[in-house]
Amino acid sequence: MATIKLTINGAEQTVDVDPNTPVLWVLRDHLNLVGTKYGCGMAQCGACTIHLDGNAVRSCTLPVSTVANKKIVTIEGLSENGDHPVQQAWIEHDVAQCGYCQAGQIMSAAALLKKKPKPTDEEILSAMNGNICRCATYLRIRQAVKTAANS
Amino acid sequence: MTASKATINRRAFLKVSALAGGGMMLSFNWVAGATPSVNTETTSIPEEWSALNNYIKIHTNGSIILMSSNPEFGSNVKTSMPMILAEELDADWKTIIVEQADFFPARYDRQFTGGSMGIRLAWKPLRKAGATARQLLKDAAAKTWNVPASEITTEAGVLHHQASGKKAGYGEMATLAATLPVPKDAPLKDIKDFKIIRHSQKNVDGKSIVTGKPLFAMDHKAEGMLVAAVTHPPFGMKVKSIDDTAARAMPGITDVITITTLTDNYERNFFDTNSFNELVVVVGNTTWEVLNAKKALKIEWEPTPDTSFMMTGWRGPATKVTVPGGLESTQGHRARMEEMSKKSGEILRKDGDPEGAFKRAKKILERTYTAPYLAHNCMEPVNCFAHVTADKAELYGPIQAPEFIMRTLVARLGLPAEKINIRLARMGGGFGQRAYGHHMVEAAVISQKLNAPVKMIYSREEDMTNGIYRPTYTATYRAGLDENNNVIAFHVKGGGIPEHAVHAHRFPAGAVDNYLAEGWALKSNISIGAFRAPGSNFIAGAEQSFLDELAELAGKDPIEFRLELLERAKNKPVGQNNDYDADRYAGVLKLVREKSNWNKSAPNKGRGVAAYFCHNTYVAEVLDLEMKNNKPVVNNVVAAVDCGIVVNPDAAANMGEGGIVDGIGNAFFGEISFKDGVPDKNNFHQYKMIRQQESPKAIEVHFVQNDHEPTGLGEPLFPPVFAAVANALYRATGKRFYNQPFAKDIEVVRSRM
Repeated sequence: MATIKLTINGAEQTVDVDPNTPVLWVLRDHLNLVGTKYGCGMAQCGACTIHLDGNAVRSCTLPVSTVANKKIVTIEGLSENGDHPVQQAWIEHDVAQCGYCQAGQIMSAAALLKKKPKPTDEEILSAMNGNICRCATYLRIRQAVKTAANS
Repeated sequence: MTASKATINRRAFLKVSALAGGGMMLSFNWVAGATPSVNTETTSIPEEWSALNNYIKIHTNGSIILMSSNPEFGSNVKTSMPMILAEELDADWKTIIVEQADFFPARYDRQFTGGSMGIRLAWKPLRKAGATARQLLKDAAAKTWNVPASEITTEAGVLHHQASGKKAGYGEMATLAATLPVPKDAPLKDIKDFKIIRHSQKNVDGKSIVTGKPLFAMDHKAEGMLVAAVTHPPFGMKVKSIDDTAARAMPGITDVITITTLTDNYERNFFDTNSFNELVVVVGNTTWEVLNAKKALKIEWEPTPDTSFMMTGWRGPATKVTVPGGLESTQGHRARMEEMSKKSGEILRKDGDPEGAFKRAKKILERTYTAPYLAHNCMEPVNCFAHVTADKAELYGPIQAPEFIMRTLVARLGLPAEKINIRLARMGGGFGQRAYGHHMVEAAVISQKLNAPVKMIYSREEDMTNGIYRPTYTATYRAGLDENNNVIAFHVKGGGIPEHAVHAHRFPAGAVDNYLAEGWALKSNISIGAFRAPGSNFIAGAEQSFLDELAELAGKDPIEFRLELLERAKNKPVGQNNDYDADRYAGVLKLVREKSNWNKSAPNKGRGVAAYFCHNTYVAEVLDLEMKNNKPVVNNVVAAVDCGIVVNPDAAANMGEGGIVDGIGNAFFGEISFKDGVPDKNNFHQYKMIRQQESPKAIEVHFVQNDHEPTGLGEPLFPPVFAAVANALYRATGKRFYNQPFAKDIEVVRSRM
C-alpha cells in the first residue's frame, strides 16, 4: 500500500492503494468516478480512456504510481455542465446506443481536437481507431467529431 | 382525430390502490393474475404527482413522468416507447421525464427486450394507456368546467374548451383525473395526426451518457458491498481441486468460495442456459484486488461426464436435455459437420418433386456455406449486483429477460417472487447474450452465501470464454434451372452445432414448384444462445449469396432475378405457410434499386445486393467496396427497410447503421474457435472487432413510408449484410466467398499472389 496524491478534474485527491493498481480502478472503486469504463483491462478497447496531461491514455493498464503530479481529467471533469463541444456534438448526432463505450470515445475525440482542432478524415479515423463500439455507432462518432471541430 | 376506439383488452383489469397523498391510483393491468413486486414506489409518491395509470404520472406543475417498462440495451426503447405514450396522451415532449421501471409484472406486460418485438408488441397497449389517460384529463376538465367532455380538445399538454374559451394545463386537472372512473373506450389518434411519433426525438439518456453518469450495473455501489470475480473451467471440464492459498493471502481478499448455480433436480427454462454450473469465486473489497487474486488461484480441472436435466422448451413441454462430456475442438466439429452434410436431414418442408425436377434441370448449381461460433462481446462485461437476506432479495443487473430469471431465482433462493426485486439496469450491450440471466443467479447465490451485498463481475476474459455463443452453422444450397433459366428446383440442407439455421417457409419457398428444406444438428457442450437475429444471421448470408450466384448462372440481374421469383410467389404461390408478403419484399428491393442507382452501376464495380425478411421486417441492402492493397474498403451501404410506421426516425436510422456495421465486422472478422474445450480467443487483442477504419465511409437507411403497424428493427438489418459483403467481394475480386469470416480467405488470396 502507498499513499498517492493525485490531481483529478482539477481537485487534489489522496488515495491509499497498492501502487500497481490501474488508474481505472482507483477512479471507479476508490474515488467513485464511474464514468470511466472497464472493457478489456489490456488497453485494447478504449472504454477506459482518460486525459493524462492532455493526452488520451488507457487508464486500465496505467499504474497509479506513475501518475502522481500529473493532471488527470475524466469524463466527469471534461466540462462543468456537460457542454464541452464534443459532448454537445454527441447529443446533436444522437450517437449513443447502449452508451457504455461513449465516455471513452468522447475522451479520445476531445484529446484529438485539442491537438488538431481541424482534423482530416484520416486523422479522425486514426485517432478513434482504438475505441471499440460494439453497437457500431462509428459513423455518427465521426460526424460528431467533425461537428465539434467546426463549433 | 377520433378515427378508432381503444377498447380495453378483456384480459385486462382495473387496479385501484391508495396513494400516500390520499388520492387513488388507477391502473390497467395488462396481464391478469400476475404476482405483485416488492416494489413500493407507488405508495410513496408525493401528492403533487397523480398516477393516471401504471405508465403515466402528472405533477400539478404540468411535468409528466412516463415509465419505460422494457429493459434498455441500446435499441432506444427508453425513448421510443414513451414517445408512443406521449403521443396518445397528447403531451408536450419537452415536459416529459422518462423513468426506468423495475421488473414489475403486476403492472407491466412483457418486460422483455429481444426478438425485435418491443415496439411491435407494445404499440397497442401503450397507445391505449396514453389515450386513456388523456380521456381522464378531458373528463376532469369537463367536470370542472361543467361542459361535455366531447367538446374538449387537447394539444401539447393543454386542455381547451373552445366555446367557453376555457384552458388548463394537464397538471391542473391531474389530481381530479386520477379519481375519476377509467374510460373503457378512449379514442386513439388518427395516424395522420401524430406529432411525436414519426418525429425524431433525442435519446432521453443522452446527456447522462455523455457526462459519464452511473447508468450501468457495473457502476453500482452499496454500503458494505463486496466485489466477487468468478473463474470457470474450459468446456467439458469441472473443478477437481483448488489451491487458493496464494489468492487468500493477497490484500483485500475476504474469501474464496465455490458456488453451484442451479441445483440438480431443478427443471430449467429456455433462458436458463449456463455454461458452467459450478464456479470458483474470489471475494474481496475492490475490483482490482479480486481480479488480481483470481490470477493466483491454482485450479485443477477434470472432465465432466454426460449430464442431463429437464428443460421446458421455448414453446412446448419439458424435455430431457443431455449435454455430452468430452473436450471439443473446432477441427473435430468441422469433420463431423462435413460428414453430416452428406447425409439426409430431417425434412422441414417439401413441395412438388424436387429430385425429379433436378433430373430434368439443364443447369444445376450447388454450393456450401459455413460460419463459425461468434462471441457477443458486449462492451460491458457480465456483472450483477445482489443483496440477498433471509427474507428478501434485491438484484440490479443487465438483463433482457427478467421474467424468466425471476422463476429461476424463486426456485434457487427459496424466496417467493414478491420478495425478490429485480431492478433493470441500462445494459452495456445485450445482442441476445443478456437474455440468459445466469449471472443474476450467480450473484444472488454468492450474496446469500456470504450474507452481504455483492457485485459480481466477469473479467473480459471470463466474459469472452463463457459460452452462450452464436452457433456454428453450415448450409448446402442446390438449385436447378430449365432451358429458359427459370428456377425449377430448389434444395436447402442446413446444419449446425447444436442447431441448424434453416427457416423452411421463408423465401424462396413459395416461389419454386419443387422445393426441399432439410435440417440437422449435432450435440455439443459448448453452450449457445440468441445472437442478434438468431439463425437468420447465418442463413440470410448463405441464401442471398447463393441466389446471387444463381442469378449469374441464369444470366439475370440479381435484383431482377429476385423480383421475378417474388412475382411468382405473389401470383401463384407454391405450398402453404409462406412466411413473407411478396409485395413488401419486392418493395424494399425496388426502393434500394432506386436509392443506390443500381441500374446505373459501373460494370465490374465491387457492388453486392442482398435482401431478407425476418422479425416481421423487410430489408434490402446494396454495398459498395473496393480492394485497396488487397484489403476490402467498404465505401457505401444503402439500405431500404419496411418496418411499418417508424416511431423515432433518426434513432431508427442509428439502429440500422449499427446493424449494418456489426454485420460487416462479423462477416469479415467474427470467429471463436476451440481446442480441447478452450476458446482460442479471450480478449480484444485476439478477437478482432470492427473499428473506425474498417467501417463504411457512408450509410443511407431509407424507410418505406406506409401506415402498417411497426415491426422489428434491432435485428433485421444485420442478417443480409453478410451476403451484400460476399456478393460485393465477388465483383471486386472475381472470387466467391463461402466461409465466414471472409478476411481469412482474403488473406489466403493475398498470400498466393
